[in-house]
Amino acid sequence: MITIRTRGNLSLRLRPRAVAVGVVCVLLALALSVFAIGSGDYPMSTADVLRALTGRGDPAEEFIVTELRLPRVVTALCVGAALALAGAVFQSLVRNPLGSPDMLGFTQGAATGALVVVVLGGSSLALASSAVLGGLVTGALVYALSWRRGVHGYRLILIGIGTMAILTGVNGWLLTRAPLMDAARAVLWLTGSLDGRGWVNALPVLIALAVLVPLMLAAYGPALRLVEMGDDTASALGVRVERLRLVVLAVAVLLVSLAAAAAGPVNFVALTAPHLARRLTRAPGPNLLPSAAVGAVLLVAADQLALRAFPGHQLPVGVVTGVLGGAYLIWLLATERRAGRL
Amino acid sequence: MQSRLSGTAMTLAYERRTIAEDLSVAVPDRSFTVVIGPNACGKSTLLRALARLLKPTAGAVLLDGEDIHRLPAQGVARTLGLLPQTSVAPDGIGVAELVARGRYPHQGLLRQWSREDERVVTESMAATGVADLADRSVDELSGGQRQRVWIAMALAQQTPLLLLDEPTTYLDIAHQIEILDLCARLHEEQGRTLVAVLHDLNHAARYATHLIAMREGRVVAAGPPRQIVTAELVEEVFGLPCRVIDDPESGTPLVVPAARRRVGASAPTIAAAAGKPA
Repeated sequence: MITIRTRGNLSLRLRPRAVAVGVVCVLLALALSVFAIGSGDYPMSTADVLRALTGRGDPAEEFIVTELRLPRVVTALCVGAALALAGAVFQSLVRNPLGSPDMLGFTQGAATGALVVVVLGGSSLALASSAVLGGLVTGALVYALSWRRGVHGYRLILIGIGTMAILTGVNGWLLTRAPLMDAARAVLWLTGSLDGRGWVNALPVLIALAVLVPLMLAAYGPALRLVEMGDDTASALGVRVERLRLVVLAVAVLLVSLAAAAAGPVNFVALTAPHLARRLTRAPGPNLLPSAAVGAVLLVAADQLALRAFPGHQLPVGVVTGVLGGAYLIWLLATERRAGRL
Repeated sequence: MQSRLSGTAMTLAYERRTIAEDLSVAVPDRSFTVVIGPNACGKSTLLRALARLLKPTAGAVLLDGEDIHRLPAQGVARTLGLLPQTSVAPDGIGVAELVARGRYPHQGLLRQWSREDERVVTESMAATGVADLADRSVDELSGGQRQRVWIAMALAQQTPLLLLDEPTTYLDIAHQIEILDLCARLHEEQGRTLVAVLHDLNHAARYATHLIAMREGRVVAAGPPRQIVTAELVEEVFGLPCRVIDDPESGTPLVVPAARRRVGASAPTIAAAAGKPA
């Protein structure tokens, strides 16, 4: 740990390893982004990409970059970061490494919202808003049902899992009600995909990340670490635990819902990114910012893999995160077991 | 009697289960107060109420004359500390880092680690004898060491009042005494007011300066152990026939439970008990 102090009695305490992980991940995300923007049916060199991004390039290339490829990359970065942040928050609050939004029904709730629009018909804006609404309603419902003299980890997990089961059923039913063409579109959406994403998809997540996350970190960042030691200990240290849980859960659910609205319910990023971040930083606590950086890298990388792994066949990014994330989880459980921690 | 922390006419309840009604207690300033009583008598519930973890459904907990639930949480945390029965050490956290978390109520977003924080954490670790363990991971410590680390964290909070909920549970006898000696030292040398819930009546009688005996949600007796610990009180509170003698080590009351059968007295012989003719 290193400490930076100013003369005005201000001080910051940083963990060099966590800072290094964050910086490396951000650089990696940027490099991957430039690579992603440069590749495709119309390949561009790194220099061309950078020129186009700074507005000094060829008008046609600038169009390709800023209107076609950049929005997709920005959506991937933001969705990855938002899912990872939400996952880190959930895992920390329920004190359980499996407490991620895709396990607790919030992503399914967002999917239900989206499917309702698919069945009834509506614009892509309506679909996105309905997905956000679905996620938030599910969040409120799970919170209310788990409330008993405060919300406790285990109740939240069990009720979340129940909700997920119900919503998965509802989603299946909605799919059977949709016209065939729409159902096919809906299934693609349900897998999680970044195809054809524009600024209209990227901006809501980007704004939420830029506004909500700094506010949440400023208000509850340090307190969130204390809640991991138990409600009583955190309360004794002056944390208003119930209020913290409500606000932080609300922010996390909003992030997940917006991410789902932008790219569909992309699986396993919320679960794996915080684990990966914790292993890299070796720091206790929720590791919010390193998790976000890892999530951004993961999703951009997964999207490139989905596009280029099988030439001629583009996969939806959700297939890649599902396969890799699931494999990572199994590997993690196996090693933890061998280490006797599970 | 001066008392910064007290409860007046409190009704304490979980959901619909009422634990105590019209309960009033006062913690004398600079005392080492120990709450005793049989299982489920409400002693831990009382401590939770005093620690602001449980809001009384009637009555109030007063801290410096004000309702504790109307005071700002971080302000209360600079006056009143608590060592809960169970705390979870985050995976892989180091001792010094855990103790440092006790500084939270004194910190801010841009005041994350002042020289004062550093000094207090070092002192707290020295006072509890865990300075040598500073760089160790909490996971690898023994039960007694871990309890001392948690106490160090509570000390780092620098509160004049400190509540401890069964601090000796799960520890062997040597570590129990070690923790209680540590508490006594904190009380005597640092002038802190301590309130502890203890199971062992003899530990309570030896270490407490003020004893609160509870049964079924009521205070049966309160005062210095030498004045209130009698065979009658123990019988009334615990339903245990006993003798109270002077502790040969400390001179405090020592409760000796009555033997089931007095050896050598005119008790029935084993043969008689077995149904054989004597």
